[in-house]
Amino acid sequence: MARLTLDHVTKSFADFDAVKDVSIDVADGEFLAVLGPSGCGKTTLLRLIAGFEKVTSGEIRIGGDVVSNSGGSVGPERRRVGIVFQNYALWPHMSVAENIGYSLKVAKLDKAVARQKVEDALALVNLQGLGERRPANLSGGQRQRVALARCLVAAPSLVLFDEPLANLDVHLRASMEDEFAAFHERTGTTIVYITHDQTEAMALADRIAVMDRGRLVQLARPRDLYHEPANEMVASFISQGILLTADVLTGEESGHCKVRVLGSELVVRCRPGERPRAGAKICCRSADIEISADASGFDGLVKRAVYQGGAARIEFSPKAGPDLILHFEQPDPVVLENGAQARLRIKSGWLIPAAGTAF
Amino acid sequence: MPTRIRESRGQEMVLTAAAAVVIVLLSMLPMLRLVKEIVAPGGILSTAAVEAGLRSPATWIATWHTLVVGIGGTLLAVLSGTLVAVLVSLTDIRCRSALVLCYVMPLMIAPQVTALAWLQLFGPASPFLKLFGAAPPLGTKNPLYSTSGIILLLGVQYGPLVFLLVRAGLRKLPRELVEAARAGGANWFTVLATIVLPLMTPSIMAAAALAFVSCVGNFGIPAFLGIPANYLVLPTLIYQKLAGGGPAVLGETAFLSVLIGMIAMAGILAQEVMSRRRDYRISSTSLPAEPYELGRWRPVVQAGMWLLIVLVLVLPLFGLVLTSLVPGYGIALTAKTATLDNYRFVLFEHDAATRAFFNSFWLSIAAAFFAVIVAVPVGYLIAWGKQRWVRLLNLSVELPYALPGVVLAIASLLLFLRPIPLTGIQLYNTVWIILYAYLARFLVLALRPTISGYHQIDRALEEAAQVAGAGLFTRMRTIIFPLVAPAAVAGGLLIFMTALSELTVSALLWSSGSETIGVVMFSFEQGGDSNYAATMSVVTVAVTFALMLVTNLLAPHLPNGVLPWRD
Ligand SMILES: Nc1ncnc2c1ncn2[C@@H]1O[C@H](COP(=O)(O)OP(=O)(O)OP(=O)(O)O)[C@@H](O)[C@H]1O
Ligand SMILES: [Mg+2]
Repeated sequence: MARLTLDHVTKSFADFDAVKDVSIDVADGEFLAVLGPSGCGKTTLLRLIAGFEKVTSGEIRIGGDVVSNSGGSVGPERRRVGIVFQNYALWPHMSVAENIGYSLKVAKLDKAVARQKVEDALALVNLQGLGERRPANLSGGQRQRVALARCLVAAPSLVLFDEPLANLDVHLRASMEDEFAAFHERTGTTIVYITHDQTEAMALADRIAVMDRGRLVQLARPRDLYHEPANEMVASFISQGILLTADVLTGEESGHCKVRVLGSELVVRCRPGERPRAGAKICCRSADIEISADASGFDGLVKRAVYQGGAARIEFSPKAGPDLILHFEQPDPVVLENGAQARLRIKSGWLIPAAGTAF
Repeated sequence: MPTRIRESRGQEMVLTAAAAVVIVLLSMLPMLRLVKEIVAPGGILSTAAVEAGLRSPATWIATWHTLVVGIGGTLLAVLSGTLVAVLVSLTDIRCRSALVLCYVMPLMIAPQVTALAWLQLFGPASPFLKLFGAAPPLGTKNPLYSTSGIILLLGVQYGPLVFLLVRAGLRKLPRELVEAARAGGANWFTVLATIVLPLMTPSIMAAAALAFVSCVGNFGIPAFLGIPANYLVLPTLIYQKLAGGGPAVLGETAFLSVLIGMIAMAGILAQEVMSRRRDYRISSTSLPAEPYELGRWRPVVQAGMWLLIVLVLVLPLFGLVLTSLVPGYGIALTAKTATLDNYRFVLFEHDAATRAFFNSFWLSIAAAFFAVIVAVPVGYLIAWGKQRWVRLLNLSVELPYALPGVVLAIASLLLFLRPIPLTGIQLYNTVWIILYAYLARFLVLALRPTISGYHQIDRALEEAAQVAGAGLFTRMRTIIFPLVAPAAVAGGLLIFMTALSELTVSALLWSSGSETIGVVMFSFEQGGDSNYAATMSVVTVAVTFALMLVTNLLAPHLPNGVLPWRD
């Protein structure tokens, strides 16, 4: 169990910054998920923490000890971190038990003690009796468990996961997700968990770090990330947020302000201290959009209506901004059809803070 | 419509039939003929040939020697090749591609040239040792004329072969497997011993099998180093018997060549059996592991590597060049004695030598040209063809190259000793029998790169042409050939380089008027004219290096691994 601190960490490959000026403080026992589009530097960040890559600048501390800075780096074998790779990385020439017991053998632990620990680890991941199998003869989910057991057996102070569920089918994913949560609860280990699956991150993590092009763009609790995205990238990345240009008409008052969007006025949530400004953006989600029952709202055209059973997904383009596409769900009875005219209303939204303001 | 279907089927059938005929003629026929000679010499089932062979003590001595140098050379090659592969692939050593180029170079040099170069380096007449006055007195025995000398040179010659295979295996090692071990607390040497090397055993064993086959089939090195010490291995025993007895002893040598073939096969089978028990297919594709930082050991390791290069490549070649500049045996090289007379002599004056250059050049060009022409359609059938039996063709093309060269040479002799039936054409004692053997033996060198070329091409390119209405032959000419041409041509150039200074096959097949470079070099050396032999070697090595440079120009268009010396 250890606290992990990343302090202005940058990693460049040649002249390309894969990770840029990232600072994160992961508390002892915290479950941190790292989320971001493909190629944003998640894996690189993890490999920096594990010590497989050297930082270009900045500092990494585990449990108070500096393990990486531009001056040097503690080898991965001396960091006491456990890591579970996306492709499991089980050694094909060893049995399951040998795979799990590897770190104990390297540490020259007494044979009997080691055997007991391996048994315990196998029991922990529900694989009793499979110790003699080869990894090649296991199913995907079982391999995942072996990888988990292998990383846990040495009781690491910090466990790193790199998209551990990406190769599993949907059902297995759900059950492994539960197991990870249970494991975290039971052991209280500090965990850094990389994924590109938002629901997974939301379900598991205490906090989520969103990365984009090497930078940390937001670090927040799942609820805050959803309701109060810090910038346009997070807003559109999380749950397919819709971005609309707005003019802020009033200053913030008890967490809300008035804005004009697509020609109509509405009240949205906002940060304290917001002031009137032009060219701002608001974020709303499909649940925030409904058909207008009165004269409020804005007119437009239904581009596409896709019936999805119980409700239809409507893609709508407002008259005031014909290039925009707003999507929302209309429950049965569905009345809108392709090409129909309609009037919509936005119930609420979130005013995205101006660029450059701290979060 | 039916006629069109028939037409396209027809073209494919013509292609398949032509490929089958070529392969039967070049690969299966000689092997079958050889087997017949053992089982039923003269058409009657008999075990006489086998019994006679088994009774002769020379057979047993040569077999023992073959095994000793074969296993010794293999061990040395595996140890050195694996060590260099690990250092080059897994550490942060500098100038990697230059190192690889230099280390692999001996593979491109004919074994007898390697042998000659080393002999010149350490012999009492060594111009190199004489430069420092360190040469042993004239008349002392060259230390390389010995079992350990042969093993040493076989190891030097085939270490690069092991290196290439192990390096290819190491490149496919996913970094996660190494990293998982390091995260588990293992230091670099533990990872090497418990993860990397065990995972590489299939590669290492395949490399060992290949090195073993090459060592037991090698003729040049035991011919130059063993014959003077009367240390005979099976290939040199066959050579001596044929040189002394002519066609009369062909039956006897057929038995010996099958014996070598069986030893080689035993090596391959042993590898098959062992690797079946350890099938670690590594499936994931990933980046290779971060190189291990040697830190303050880096200069030491680097110096060691370059020292090795100097020992196995630079010094021998340097010694060879020095010898080619000395006017006669045992004369020290000084500014005054240095001369280019040897070059004038072998290139323009000595009849057999000039003829040999001419013969070897056109034989190599013809073999390369033919192989490229054949490799494209045969590769097409093997890589993209639908018939499964075509893949068997692939195996039978590999055979004449996988088996030691003497085996094919003896088979060709048996096949063409008498005029070809029906036509009355006589190949025996002409240069054509050498050409036949070259075609059969080297075809696979062009076929392999061509097949990997096919695997890299998106089949849709051909299908698009097909949809556009092009028949098979049109597609071959306009689409397929241009696409695989670089790979096939690179294969052709490899054949040219290999055939140019080839000795094993031509030593048994040559006749007066059809000498090859290798044969004349060998007879110069046997006659004590090492200076001329060295001069011819320098010329062929220079041609080979020049060709390597030319081939490099093709590199951007080639699949990885086609040019062994490119990293
Ligand atoms: N060894 C390397 N050399 C050069 N560039 C690299 C290296 N490793 C990663 N990169 C680059 O750094 C960027 C981030 O890569 P990284 O693997 O961290 O992405 P990721 O967020 O894990 O993506 P994914 O979700 O697809 O796994 C990519 O553009 C990648 O090409
Ligand atoms: Mg990744």
